[in-house]
Amino acid sequence: MFRYYLRLGLLSIRANPALSALMVAAIAIGIGACMTIVTIHYIMSGNPIPEKSDQLFHVRVDSWDPNEAYDEPNEPPEQLTYLDATALYAAGRAARQVISFLSSRVIEPEDEGAKPFQRETRATTHEFFTMFNVPFKYGAPWDRTADETLERVVVINDKLNQTLFGGADSSGRMLMLTGEPYRIVGVLDEWSPVPLFYDLNNGEYGDPAPVFLPFSVAVAGEHGRWGNTNCWKPIGDGGMPAFLASECVWIQMWAELHSDAERQSYLQFLDAYVSEQKTLGRFPRAMNNRLDDVQAWLTYNEVVDDDVGVLLGLALLFLVVCLLNTIGLLLAKVMRRAKDISLRRALGASKATLFGQYIVEAGMIGLAGGLLGILMTWLGLRGIENLFSAYDFVAKLVRMDWVMVLTAVLLAILSALAAALYPTWRASNVTPATQLRIQ
Amino acid sequence: MLQMKNVSKVYRTDTVETHALREFSLTVEEGEFVSVTGPSGSGKTTFLNIAGLLEELTGGSYELDGRDISKLNDKERSRVRNEKIGFIFQSFNLIPELNIFDNVDVPLRYRRFDAAERKKRIVDSLEMVGLASRLQHMPAQLSGGQQQRVAIARALAGEPRFLLADEPTGNLDSNMADSVMQLLADINSTGTTIIMVTHELTLADRARRNIFVRDGRVSDSAGNLQLAAAS
Repeated sequence: MFRYYLRLGLLSIRANPALSALMVAAIAIGIGACMTIVTIHYIMSGNPIPEKSDQLFHVRVDSWDPNEAYDEPNEPPEQLTYLDATALYAAGRAARQVISFLSSRVIEPEDEGAKPFQRETRATTHEFFTMFNVPFKYGAPWDRTADETLERVVVINDKLNQTLFGGADSSGRMLMLTGEPYRIVGVLDEWSPVPLFYDLNNGEYGDPAPVFLPFSVAVAGEHGRWGNTNCWKPIGDGGMPAFLASECVWIQMWAELHSDAERQSYLQFLDAYVSEQKTLGRFPRAMNNRLDDVQAWLTYNEVVDDDVGVLLGLALLFLVVCLLNTIGLLLAKVMRRAKDISLRRALGASKATLFGQYIVEAGMIGLAGGLLGILMTWLGLRGIENLFSAYDFVAKLVRMDWVMVLTAVLLAILSALAAALYPTWRASNVTPATQLRIQ
Repeated sequence: MLQMKNVSKVYRTDTVETHALREFSLTVEEGEFVSVTGPSGSGKTTFLNIAGLLEELTGGSYELDGRDISKLNDKERSRVRNEKIGFIFQSFNLIPELNIFDNVDVPLRYRRFDAAERKKRIVDSLEMVGLASRLQHMPAQLSGGQQQRVAIARALAGEPRFLLADEPTGNLDSNMADSVMQLLADINSTGTTIIMVTHELTLADRARRNIFVRDGRVSDSAGNLQLAAAS
C-alpha cells in the first residue's frame, strides 16, 4: 500500500500545485531559518576531538590570591605559572602531557625578494602532536631530546609550507624566525579543530598557529607571550628570571589520562604537589585543583555564546509559526478533498487506511520542504558569512556537513508529519454520507 | 440477507433534533431487486446510508448477512463495505485525477488483491459495462452515461453481495437511464441483491419489489406503486 500511497500523494500534489507549493515553501523557509542557526550552534558546540575528548584533561591548580578567587564562585586560574607548569610536566605522571603558550616570530623567507612577515607560533612540548592527533603531511614531530637540548626545530602547517616552499616536502630545510635558523622537522596536513579547544584564551574559533616550536626554546629565547597573562603578586625587577619565578599564570597544560583510575591518581598527584608547595609558602588558598575533559572545558568556558541559544529558540519558534501555516494549508487541502475522502471510505478505506494515505502525502511534502530547506539553509549561511566577512572565524561556523543535511531533511519530514496530524485526523473522520449526499 | 428492525436515526444539533428514520423495519432477501421511493426528506437516502454502513444508526438493530452491524468497529465496517457492498451514486463520484482503470482499482486496492487479480477484475467488470476499451481514459473524457457505467464497474469489481444505488439515473437522459437500468437488471439476474433509491416511479417499477418510505418509516413494502404515485 505504501507505493500506492506514494502515487496518490504525487497525484494529489499535482492536482493542487499552488497549495502544495505554498506548503513546501512554508516548511522550507522554516527549516532554512531554523537550520541556519542550528548549524552554527552545532559547529560551535561540536566535539573538536571526539575520538579521545574524554581522555584529554585540562589541568588547573589554584595558586591564586588568598583573598579573592580567580573567578567566582571559587574557580582556580585557567592557566598555570611557569613554576607549576614545568614542575608538573617534568613529573610525567600522565600517559602524555603537554604545556604550551602562544607567541609570535617574524618569518624571513629564503627568497630575498620576499618580505618578512609576522606569524603566530605555538611554543609547546613534543607530545602535543600525538596527544591531539595532529596529522602530518611530511616529516614528524620533534622528540623529547629536542625539548631537553633546546634544539631549534619547528613544525609548520601546510599553508605556510605552500607560501614558503610551494607545497614541497620541506622537512630538513631551514626556516629563519626573527633572525634565528630553525630546522623544519615536519609539515602538518590540513588541521583546524573547531573550537580551538587546547587554547581558549586566544579565540575559540581561531586557526592553529602556523608554526610550532619547542617550549624550552621559546622560554630560553624569551619569546613574547600572545594571550592572557594574569598576576596577583608584583613580579619585581628581575627581568625574565623574575617573571618565570612569579605567580603569573600564562601557560596551558593538558594531560592524557586513559581511565577514571588514572584521573583519580593524577588528581592525587596534583594534591600532593600543592601540599608540598604550601610547605614552601605558596598556594595560600584551600586545595582546589581541577581536571576538565575537553567537553567539560568547553562548557566551562561557555564556548557557545548565550546569544546563540536565544537565536536558536527564536529560530525554532519561527519554524513553529511556519508549521502552523502548514497546518492551515493542509486543513484547507483536506477540506477540498472531503468528497474524495468520503468516496474512499464508501469503497472500503478504514480511518486508519486514510490516515496512512494522508500521512504519506504529508511526508512527501515534508521531504520536498526539507530539500528546499537545505538550499535555504545554505543561502542563510552564505548570508551570515557575507554579513560578517570581516571576521575570519565566521567561515568556520557556516559549513554544512552531512549530519546537518540529514538533520534538515529529517526535521522537515518530522515537522510536516507533526503538522499533518490534526488535518489528517480530520480527514479520516470526515462523515462520508454527508459529503456523498451533495450532488 | 439485509434485515433492519425498528431502526431509528436522529440528527441532533444544539437546538434541533431531526428524526430521519423512526422504527424503520425492512427485510431484503438474497437476490432481490428492491426500489425505495418516497417524497423528499422521507428518509430514503438515510436508509441507504445506514444500509451501506456509511452512517451509524441511533436505535434498533441491523443485520447484514447474519452479522449485527452495530457491534462492528470502524475497521470491520470498512471491510464489510469493501467486500459485501457496492455503491452507485447519482453523481457517479469518479475520482477526476485517476483514469478509468485506476478508478475501478480503488476498492480492490483496499481489498489487498495482488496486481494480477486486480487487473483481471478491472478488465472483466469494465467489459461487463462495455467500456473495456476505455481503460486509460480520464473521467472527463466520458459521457455521463459512460461515467455511470464506470461507477457500476467499480461497484461490481469486488463482486459484492449487495448493490446500493442512490438515484443512479438522476443525472442521465432517458436513453442513458434506460441503458443503466437494463444493466442493473442484468446484474441482478446474476444473483446480486440491488437496493435502489429513486424518486422516479417508472424506474422503481422496473424493480421486483418497491418500498415506499414516508416520514422515516416504511409505509408500504408490498410493491404497490399506485400508493406512491398518489402521494
